[in-house]
Order: sequence, then C-alpha cells, then structure tokens
Amino acid sequence: MLETALKGSRKYWVWIFFLLAVIGAGFISYLYQFRVGLGVTGMSRDVSWGLYIGQFTFLVGVAASGVMVVLPYYLHNYKAFGRITVLGEFLAIAAVIMCMLFIFVDMGQPLRVLNVILHPSPNSVMFFDMLVLSVYLFLNILVGWTVLGAERKGLPAPSWVKPFIIISIAWAPSIHTVTAFLYAGLPGRHLWLTAIMAARFLASAFSGGPSLLLILALIVRKYTKFDPGKEAIQALSKIITYFMITNVFFLGLEFFTAFYSGIPGHAEPLKYLYTGIEGHGKLVPVMWTSTILAVIALFLLVPPKFRKNERLLVVACIATFLSLWIEKGFGLIVGGFVPNPFERITEYWPTLPETLITLAVWAIGFLVLTILYKIAVSIKEEAVFDKYGQRQVK
Amino acid sequence: MSIDRRQFLKIAGASALLGLGGLSTSHLLLRNSLEAAQGLTDPSVITDPKALVAKRWGMVVDMSKFKTEEDYKRVMDACHHIHNVPTIGNPKEEIKWIWKETYEHAFPGQEDKFLSEEIKHLPFLVLCNHCENPPCVRVCPTKATFKRKSDGIVMMDMHRCIGCRFCMAGCPYGARSFNYRDPRPFIDKEKENLEFPTRMKGVVEKCTFCYERLAVGLKPACVEASKGALIFGDLEDTNSEVRRVLSTRYSFRRKPELGTHPSVYYLIG
Repeated sequence: MLETALKGSRKYWVWIFFLLAVIGAGFISYLYQFRVGLGVTGMSRDVSWGLYIGQFTFLVGVAASGVMVVLPYYLHNYKAFGRITVLGEFLAIAAVIMCMLFIFVDMGQPLRVLNVILHPSPNSVMFFDMLVLSVYLFLNILVGWTVLGAERKGLPAPSWVKPFIIISIAWAPSIHTVTAFLYAGLPGRHLWLTAIMAARFLASAFSGGPSLLLILALIVRKYTKFDPGKEAIQALSKIITYFMITNVFFLGLEFFTAFYSGIPGHAEPLKYLYTGIEGHGKLVPVMWTSTILAVIALFLLVPPKFRKNERLLVVACIATFLSLWIEKGFGLIVGGFVPNPFERITEYWPTLPETLITLAVWAIGFLVLTILYKIAVSIKEEAVFDKYGQRQVK
Repeated sequence: MSIDRRQFLKIAGASALLGLGGLSTSHLLLRNSLEAAQGLTDPSVITDPKALVAKRWGMVVDMSKFKTEEDYKRVMDACHHIHNVPTIGNPKEEIKWIWKETYEHAFPGQEDKFLSEEIKHLPFLVLCNHCENPPCVRVCPTKATFKRKSDGIVMMDMHRCIGCRFCMAGCPYGARSFNYRDPRPFIDKEKENLEFPTRMKGVVEKCTFCYERLAVGLKPACVEASKGALIFGDLEDTNSEVRRVLSTRYSFRRKPELGTHPSVYYLIG
C-alpha cells in the first residue's frame, strides 16, 4: 500500500519538500542543542519543563481523540463514521510519534533513553506513560493498516482485529489519564495538584483532537476526490461542542476552588497566568488570547445554525484548536512552575532553536500524517464505494 | 493444515520476537530486584571500619549560630568546593547544593505582616531535605535517584540519569539543579577537588549528605565547616545529638503538610 504515497501531484510534492525543509532546520537546531545542552532553550532551574513537554501533553490528547470516531462506529454501529475511522487512527499514529519525539528532544541525556526500559521503575508514572503510549501506537498501526488493507481488497475486515479495536477504545482514555497523573500527583505544584486533572485533559483532548480531525477531513475533501461525508462532519462538530463546553466548565471549577477557598498557593499560579504577578506577566497576553478564542469557539459552536454552516464551523474548529493548544500546550505546563517552590518568579519564553526544534517535530508528525492519509485516500478513491455501498468519491 | 512460506516466516518472526522480549524482560526484572536487595548490608561490599553509619541521617540547622555573612559563606563554600559545584553566573542555569533563602521564601505561607523585619528577612540555609518519603524518588523513571535503604540518604546516580527533570518537578523544595550546559568550564581549575567526580551536561544533581565522606568516617563538609551550627546524626538513635536537641528545643521543618517528612530541621532564637 505504501507505493501510493510515492505517486502524487505537484502540490503533494511541494508540501512534502516544505515539511522536509522545516525538519532540516529543526534537525540542525537539534544538533546545536545536542552539543551545547538544554541551555539553548528558555528553560531554567525554576521552569524546568517548557514548550517540548507542553507539546507532548497536548499531543497525547490529540492521539487519544481518535477514539471519538472509533467508538461510535464500532460500539454503536454509527455508520457515518465508517469512512473516517482510519483518518482518526492515522492521526493518532502521527500524534503518538510526535509525543515520543518531544520527550526525546527534552531529555538532557538522550543517548540514555533505553535506561527507562533497562531499569523499569513501576513507581514512576513516566514508566507507565511510555508503556501505554507504545501499546497505543502499536494498536493504531495494527488496526488502521489491517482495516484499510481489507478495504483495498474489497473484503470485510478480518474478525481477529475486532478485539484489538475494543482494546484500543479502552486504551485511548488511559493514555491521557496516565499523562495527567504525571502532573496531578506532585506535591507542592498547586496548579497541577487537582483531582480533575485527568478529566480536564480528556475534555480538552476530545474537543481539540476532533477539531483537528475535522479540519483535516475538510482539507482531504478539498484536495482529493475522497468525500468523508457531510453527516460525519456534523457529528464531529457536535462532539467538539459538547467537550469544549465541558472543558470550559472544568476550567471554571479550578477558578472557583482556587479563589473561593482563598488559599494563596492555589490562586497564585492562576493569577500569574491571567493577570501577572509583581510586574511579571509574559504569559498574560497568551492566556487571554486562549480565552478569547475559547469564547469565539463556543459562540460559533453552540448555536446549531452556525455549526451547520461549514465555513463558520472551520473558524470554530481553528479557534478551539488554538485555544486549547495555548492553554494546555503552553500555559498549563509553565504555570505549574510559577511561582517556584520559594514563591519567587522566574519567567519562561522559548528561544529560537527551541521553536525550530518544536516546529520540526510537528513537521515530522505532519509528514507521517500526509503519507498515511495519502495511502488511505488513494485506496478509498480506488474503492469508489464504502462498505455500505455509498459513493465515497465525488 | 499446510502453511506456505509467507505464513511460516510470519509465525517464526513473531515467536522469535516474543521469546526474546520475554526473556530479556524477566532477566532485567530479576537483575533489578537483585540490585535493590544489595546495599551496605551486602557482605560482598567491603566497608571502611571507620565509616559513619546510621539508620536515618538527619540534620539540625541552628540559625542562632549564624551571625555574620562569613558564617554562611564558610558553610556553602565548603560544600561547593569539595563537590566541584560550578559557578555559572546565570541564575537560570545555576547549580546549588546548599544556599541561603530568607525566611519568607524558605517557609512560604508562614510569613506574617506583623513579623519582625529581622526574622522575615533572616537568611536560612536550605539544602536537599533527604525526605523520608521523597517525591523525587517516586517519580524517577530510571531509579537514577533513590533512597539508600541503609541510612535514608536520597542519592543520585549521575551515570544513569537521563535528564528528564521529572524529579525537579516533583521536589517541592527546589533542591535540585540541572546541568543546562557542560559544567566543567565553570569550575575553578585551581580549586578543583580531584577526589570527587565532576558532572556532565544534561544530568540533575543535588546535596547527597556527603555519602563519600561518611564512607571514610568524616562528617559532611558543611557540618565540619559550620563550627557547631549544623548538627548531624542518626534520627533513629535516641541517644544521638540530633535527637537530644530535637527533644529539648522547638524545631520546625519546611512544608511539613506535604507528608514528605524532611530530615532537615531548623532551630531559631
């Protein structure tokens, strides 16, 4: 099936080479970081995790969100998602690969990465995170590839793959729960020490991830002959709406507990993020951008009239995705470190090499995604009809 | 049932992978449990008869004995020299094992606006607390930081650390430093202690209660330099000096509400 990724239009190759160029720039930056050390980033003794770990956290959510199309299709026989389950699974593959790369580029001693396996430490949540992410990657490759292969041959998916699908559905929330536990179990980091951390992670994942999937589905529809189907797009938009509301609600709960209880430790990081403390407010404009985007997103998502208009829906999805990307991929991680354990403030801002490396990891993810989607779309275009006999080609 | 070459290769390949995987996993788990069982009690480890031993090492910092700037400096310098702690200059990347923090920062949440200015700004010496229940050890994915069974010291294996900095997020005391770049150019060559290893970039480090000095019968460098202001001893031994001081004077610890049970106590006044 891979051969279909080697044939493409001019636009396809321009896109591929653009991604390779971004990867090249990031790779050179990484060599520089590898030689000098993590001192080339904006991280410090006080803010010891930054953009890399933020992106990792956000992308675990994107990976987990594949379940939002897989579950309705396989457990509830919701046929409209039949055509796009593979898009969800392939997005999950690309996202998990990015997660692993972000962890790798964040390591001070990357050549010792196998120590995590050589000295397994079940007391560490990171050990479990490695396990659940690896298994999730394997499950999605296995299921996505097998089901697509069957579609190419015009056969139903083999029955042995069904148990793996069921496992992958249960597995998806587990990867994001474990990722939340990385933070929620640390004493003395007040912003993270919240029992609803995993619930918040899942809510933001199940709105942010499907937003990206919806945008991708529309891009695929525009540039190829494959049609994901209007009903699938609308069903996704409802999922995004409900989980975005849940996400904002959960964030509100954090504010209530922190400020009504009046416990300074709980309120300080939120104050730092949204108002700044003692003149330190680098993240304030960023967090308010996220807030405004969330308001725009909800305004466009909640009334069905707006949501059913695909142009407005795209704007809503972009707003949702960016809002959550800022909140979770940046603010949540940095905010956990400010103020530091001495209630002093050290600010963080990513440097140029750090940004280039981050962009390169995203480019690798998009390269994997492009190749996988190219394969999937080529097969669907060739099959013409989906398994229910509906035309899936324009 | 007949199988073709393709099927045979598939089955053979999968079995080989599973077999190798299973074998190496069980081997590794076994080896790790053996490592954990070893320690100072292992008869194959020859210990110096002069070595100082305890069930759980602890320290009492008597702030009333720190009167001048020199009193602090002597203690901090003793540690930083003997352990080749680099002087980086940039506070974002600095490495420190024992240093000063004023009362309001060392004990956040305890400050009070009617507290005397003297106490509020009184510098306290802070260092790794060698917690009885250390969060850094709990979160480390490679056991590069571990609590020594024999005496409770929270140790660092700088050769195993992968530099993920989970321990820095886990430590509620800000006791850990990360080598954001190669520390060696920042060590004064004249004063370098050749008996203690320097570190490389990309690993985390902190105070280790001078395990290397205890092993040859010496008290920690800071304790030795403090002229009695730092009291070091076995918290599990009722006759030790630390226990005698703790049972007669009012002492307090940093962030006791977190349940980490620090082994470093403070006395004031």
